[in-house]
Amino acid sequence: MIEVDVVIIGGGIVGASAALFLSKAGRRVALLERDFCGSHSSGVNYGGVRRQGRPLSQLPLSQRAHEIWSQLPQLIGIDGEYQRSGHLKLARSPDDLRALHDYAANSQGFGLDLQLLDRDQLRARFPWVGAVAVGASLCPDDGHANPRLVSPAFAQAARRHGAQVFEQCAVSHVEHDGQRFGVRTETGLVLQAPWLLNCAGAWASHFAGQFGEAVPMHAGHPAMLVTEPLPLVMDASTGVEGGGIYARQVARGNCVLGGGQGFALDDARARPGQNAVIDILRQAVELYPFLEGAQAIRTWSGTEGYLPDRQPVIGHSSTQPGLLHAFGFAGAGFQIGPAVGQALTEIICCGASKTSLDAFSITRFHSISVA
Amino acid sequence: MKPVAIIGAGPAGIRAAQTLVAHGVYPILLDEAARGGGQIYRQQPANFKRSPAKLYGFEAHKASALHQTFDALREQLDYRPDTLVWNAEAGLLDTLHEGRVARVEYASVIVATGATDRILPAPGWTLPGVYSLGAAQIALKFQGCAIGERVVFAGSGPLLYLVAYQYARAGAKVLAVLDSSPLSAQARALPGLLAQPATLAKGLYYRAWLTSHGIAVHQGASLSRIDGERRVQSLKWRNAKGEQALDCDAVAFAHGLRSETQLADLLGCEFSWSHLNRAWLPQRDPAGRSSVPGVYLAGDGAGIMGADAAEIAGERAALALLEDLGYLVDPQRCAQLEQSLERIGRFRQGLERAFVLPTDWAAHAADDLMICRCEEVSAGEIRQVVGEGHWEINRVKAHCRVGMGRCQGRMCGAAAAEIIASESGRPVGEIGRMRAQAPVKPLPFGLEIEP
Repeated sequence: MIEVDVVIIGGGIVGASAALFLSKAGRRVALLERDFCGSHSSGVNYGGVRRQGRPLSQLPLSQRAHEIWSQLPQLIGIDGEYQRSGHLKLARSPDDLRALHDYAANSQGFGLDLQLLDRDQLRARFPWVGAVAVGASLCPDDGHANPRLVSPAFAQAARRHGAQVFEQCAVSHVEHDGQRFGVRTETGLVLQAPWLLNCAGAWASHFAGQFGEAVPMHAGHPAMLVTEPLPLVMDASTGVEGGGIYARQVARGNCVLGGGQGFALDDARARPGQNAVIDILRQAVELYPFLEGAQAIRTWSGTEGYLPDRQPVIGHSSTQPGLLHAFGFAGAGFQIGPAVGQALTEIICCGASKTSLDAFSITRFHSISVA
Repeated sequence: MKPVAIIGAGPAGIRAAQTLVAHGVYPILLDEAARGGGQIYRQQPANFKRSPAKLYGFEAHKASALHQTFDALREQLDYRPDTLVWNAEAGLLDTLHEGRVARVEYASVIVATGATDRILPAPGWTLPGVYSLGAAQIALKFQGCAIGERVVFAGSGPLLYLVAYQYARAGAKVLAVLDSSPLSAQARALPGLLAQPATLAKGLYYRAWLTSHGIAVHQGASLSRIDGERRVQSLKWRNAKGEQALDCDAVAFAHGLRSETQLADLLGCEFSWSHLNRAWLPQRDPAGRSSVPGVYLAGDGAGIMGADAAEIAGERAALALLEDLGYLVDPQRCAQLEQSLERIGRFRQGLERAFVLPTDWAAHAADDLMICRCEEVSAGEIRQVVGEGHWEINRVKAHCRVGMGRCQGRMCGAAAAEIIASESGRPVGEIGRMRAQAPVKPLPFGLEIEP
């Protein structure tokens, strides 16, 4: 029997950063991960560390995350290949460019410092962008990092601060006896704690459902691929207004590209699928002509949780005191994850998060019937 | 109705095609090479005129028989040479042919993807002039080129003596054969090897021929390092008597073969650990059925058994496929084929005893030894990740990029596994299996799509 203050289900970047901040605050923490920490969405995502383009309701939390990312090496012990390269959002039509202008106007005051570039400015500043782009919005301090390194490092750092981290340890049973949670795992662990954090990513609705508040979540599988190392060309991480391909180049020279949806092999594994891979290989050369003739050496996908409004659930359960949720990041949890871990820590240690989480309450789904 | 597909036109794929055609099926045969025959019976370019005896030696009649079978089949199947199968999904194969991608639907598929060399690196192995044994053989067999003028062959496995013999016959100066297996292992293996006396005799012949032509054959000898400024100039090797040096301009080395299993993996086949192959292999029943209905496995791609076994397994897998589609097949023939495979299997066990993998290789690999040449990951970097508590091979890959590059672990995976196992103190069969991801080989940007 393991008695702790907080049991966290899910060793992705949200659960692991909560484990880290709670441990640093002196709380006894057990982090339970079904596979390996940071081996699912948190570790296999595109690696964008981006505020630009997020819904305005996420920007306060995202801005907090931005501060945390600036302290990354001190926090987790590695730089995680994090670089503030800038994030360039491309417009392929005047309408898309107008949408970028609108976003820049609406997000004033959140600290993004967006710079709008017309066609000539874009060409002059980022000559590697294809002629298909008519303009862009640049967020100079956004960037990218290596999720394979960063997400597991949060769990390692939590362990160094005293958190008990259990990998390959799936939760088999969760209950609340009126005083505290009892959690059992398939490996035979029994844990008790007054707080339970549901950070189980694409699988979180299952645990929410056990407390009578299942949500209409579905899984998404972004298609990703990487090239062989190429001469350094891209000096910003990029995306496209209205969706499409996103791409970045790492210091080693490999370009990482994403776009389109793959398919699930089973509950936990996914693949990009042929159509998405070919779409990327064909469309990418329009946006980034220097890729013509380069070779893609590997593709992959992951399993990400999406709610109908593409906003996460973060905060108190509406049915079970002591239960906190944080899931459903719709493929955009990597940047914001550490701030969510910090906000959950504040709820437990200070009674409330310093940043409002009202927009992310699970109660917004109570009138929606779950399919 | 959707067609039957065969991936690979080597001994297994060709015999499978022949069997299907004989039963009235019109299969699609996809092959990466320009001409049929696989690696072992690889055909020279059309304008080359060397005789089969010169190209294939003792195996000339087998090679010719297979090529003739294939030529006779050409009109009775949909043969697609120069075609890479780069991805597989249920019921679909993704192909790349001359810069164009296409999709092949299939009802059943026979996967006969063959094998490549198993590489246990030595310092200097990335220098120009260093080849795998298989590559050295292909250079000679395909283009009539030798990898150098003064060549050393090292490692272990039946190819070691065969390729050295072929080079010497072709006029190259073979300076030495460094067999890492001790003589005692080969003596112990003799009972198993006697299951295939003819094959054993050939192996003994190659070695005897080398010795009688004054070529030094050293047993229990391992490659310590390969040196050179811009290409191979010398090497050091050691045996129980100590270290010795040799000047040379080319080295070919490998420790046996490893199965090309990525497509079986992408097709969803269950894998299990094979002690004999020291590798994860797709499961198959004696007839070649994988764990996935409609997917059949034949030849070295599902476990190393050699070309003769591949021909038999190709036929057997095709018969299983036909049987599963409701065709009447000759049960006696099936039993006969399975018996032959069993006999070769016993020989294979003997071979593995004769050419033991140097299991202490990982313990002796220096930290600065490059394991993954695509991503430039050294043994020390792998060990460091293991030291941080990681032992599962895909996790180690995620942390240090070993196996993440252009070859997708096909060249470095076996060596990486040995290092991880040795460093984590786990058996090499218990560190997980490196998962395959499409594309099986690199795929270019800007490709065209077949309408």
